[in-house]
Amino acid sequence: MTKNTVLILGARSDIAMASAHRFAKAGYDIQLAARNANDLSVDSNDIELRHQVSVSLHEFDALEIQSHETFVDNLPQLPTVAVCAVGFMGAQDESEQDISAAARVMRSNFEGPASILAVLANKFEQRGSGCIVGISSVAGDRGRATNYVYGSAKAGFTAFLSGLRNRLAKKGVHVMTVLPGFVATKMTEGMDLPAKLTAEPDELADAIYQAMTQGKNTIYRRRVWYVIMMIIRNIPESIFKKLKL
Amino acid sequence: MKLSGWGRYPIIDAEMTAPRSIEDISKRVQTGNAIARGNGRSYGDSAVSATNTIHMKHFNRILAFDDQSGQLVAEAGVLLADVIDAFLERGWFPSVTPGTKFVTLGGMIAVDVHGKNHHKDGSFASYVDWIDVMVADGSVQRCSRTENTELFDWTIGGMGLTGVIIRAAVRLRQVSSAWIAQHTIVADNIAHAIQIFEQSNDATYSVAWIDCLQQGSALGRSLIMLGEHAKVADVPSKYRKSPLSIARKSKRNIPINFPSWALNTYSVRMFNALYYWRGKQGPERQVVDWDSYFYPLDAILGWNKIYGRRGFAQFQCVLPIDHAEQGMSELLTEISNAGAGSFLAVLKRFGKQSSNFSFPMEGYTLALDFPVNKRTLALMKRLDNITIKHGGRFYLAKDSRMSRDVFHQSDPRAQEYEQYRQGNSSGEAFMSSQSERLKF
Repeated sequence: MTKNTVLILGARSDIAMASAHRFAKAGYDIQLAARNANDLSVDSNDIELRHQVSVSLHEFDALEIQSHETFVDNLPQLPTVAVCAVGFMGAQDESEQDISAAARVMRSNFEGPASILAVLANKFEQRGSGCIVGISSVAGDRGRATNYVYGSAKAGFTAFLSGLRNRLAKKGVHVMTVLPGFVATKMTEGMDLPAKLTAEPDELADAIYQAMTQGKNTIYRRRVWYVIMMIIRNIPESIFKKLKL
Repeated sequence: MKLSGWGRYPIIDAEMTAPRSIEDISKRVQTGNAIARGNGRSYGDSAVSATNTIHMKHFNRILAFDDQSGQLVAEAGVLLADVIDAFLERGWFPSVTPGTKFVTLGGMIAVDVHGKNHHKDGSFASYVDWIDVMVADGSVQRCSRTENTELFDWTIGGMGLTGVIIRAAVRLRQVSSAWIAQHTIVADNIAHAIQIFEQSNDATYSVAWIDCLQQGSALGRSLIMLGEHAKVADVPSKYRKSPLSIARKSKRNIPINFPSWALNTYSVRMFNALYYWRGKQGPERQVVDWDSYFYPLDAILGWNKIYGRRGFAQFQCVLPIDHAEQGMSELLTEISNAGAGSFLAVLKRFGKQSSNFSFPMEGYTLALDFPVNKRTLALMKRLDNITIKHGGRFYLAKDSRMSRDVFHQSDPRAQEYEQYRQGNSSGEAFMSSQSERLKF
């Protein structure tokens, strides 16, 4: 039996790196894909030393969608699992004023991730096996004034994942949607987040790995976000539009 | 944000950053009054600076391991638990370990931790090959026994006040199993306990749990636990096929703060009686897994909450060998008279001091926890005086409440350390709430 391999897209992020460690702990070989991938050599060395698996680095730019096909073809082997942690929050006020900044947020959170997963999905479908994990966000559950540009892109990505899951369900390929609430990462550094609602990257990575092995379709983390978002989704629009959220 | 140590006393309103690059740490250091913080397991205010606490959590990578010499090179924020996770299965274990595995490499060096093998193998200092320290001007300097030796000697045990420990090379020890052959000996009182320790100097590990509420001829009755790394043949048959594999146990969690009345003379007396009885009735020799032997308290995550919202303080002193029996008797009498409860009273024989400012000295150490209140704070002051009278000193990693006078009376080395720090401007660059309180 050949070893399982996981491809981590957007490997520089805290969630991605924690996921790499979690899969390595389970014995997976790791492919780390990011821009300036060579900067990640200390991290890849760390994963190899801790978990005795092999780790390879791959140059990857989510926004250069025309390169995605070649990127996948050039991987040393088609991975068993692909985890997409690509994302970019940007600043909402900037996105409101500068359409190119908004476009960058939208492309980073929707177009880029959807493009690379589309390529992988086709290859996995051909092979008849594989698992795709897309890390979206609860921000995509309902647009809010404070982050609707980011949220709308995540909403698109969430819908994309759900459609992909529907399409591939009978083809031996599983698609899992991860909807994190607050996570203590570089993205949220400096924000004053409520501790009880905020997951650590390790905690999220562990949940992702467990849920994947159990074949879950969609997970919220922390779990309380499932309840919070249910409430938020169900507030009538006439009231919702007046709220500060 | 509110910061404290493991004892959750004192709680200090402090600025904390978690830099992600060496350049960012350097910038923080150059703003002054900096102290590095690892996993927050020192008990008091050692790793807190009100204006400039530097959290090292992003520097947690293992950099190299040599499976011939056992030399591990890692960044300062690596957890000991992760080191064990990675290397025990390959036959390597920390050469010296404190009573919790949730400490960082940097923290272990900064406080120069000791373990149950101190009498034989010395403190963590003995296994440090080199350290990269970011000093006052923001540059990183390598120090070792042959290079920058002064910096090396003051950094080990220096409480983070020579600079920020960035990475280090340390030695692990080779073991053939993940198990410990334990030998429990019952001691009727403190004199008996010391006698057993003195006869057990060859044991690799030794520690005593002590019932601190007994009086008279039973004063200091204890269970002395000796340990050796078990040979494969001694590992329980079920595990013998993979003697290094880590037996994982579920962790319990203390979800809420216990009310302050939960811990009182009666509950502690009852616990102690049960524990003693169990030790006395139980098997004299048994083989236990590494986690239960070295880290029994780690199995209960957040055990610090049993002391309630107000937190707790640990008293840990060492007395020189020739004063040990007399001094320990006086300390235990004082504690017992006060009826102040402590589940976790530990007695241990120490070997020699390792680096310039290390806590251990040839003698005996006593460590106990008290919930923080007026009565116990007053008791600890009386214990301070007994310690000083017998020429002892205190473990700064545990301290949260000592007075400046007590500290300087007990530890003349502090002045020398202060001179060293003033000589190279680390005095202004680095400071913790503790160093400010105690002035060193």
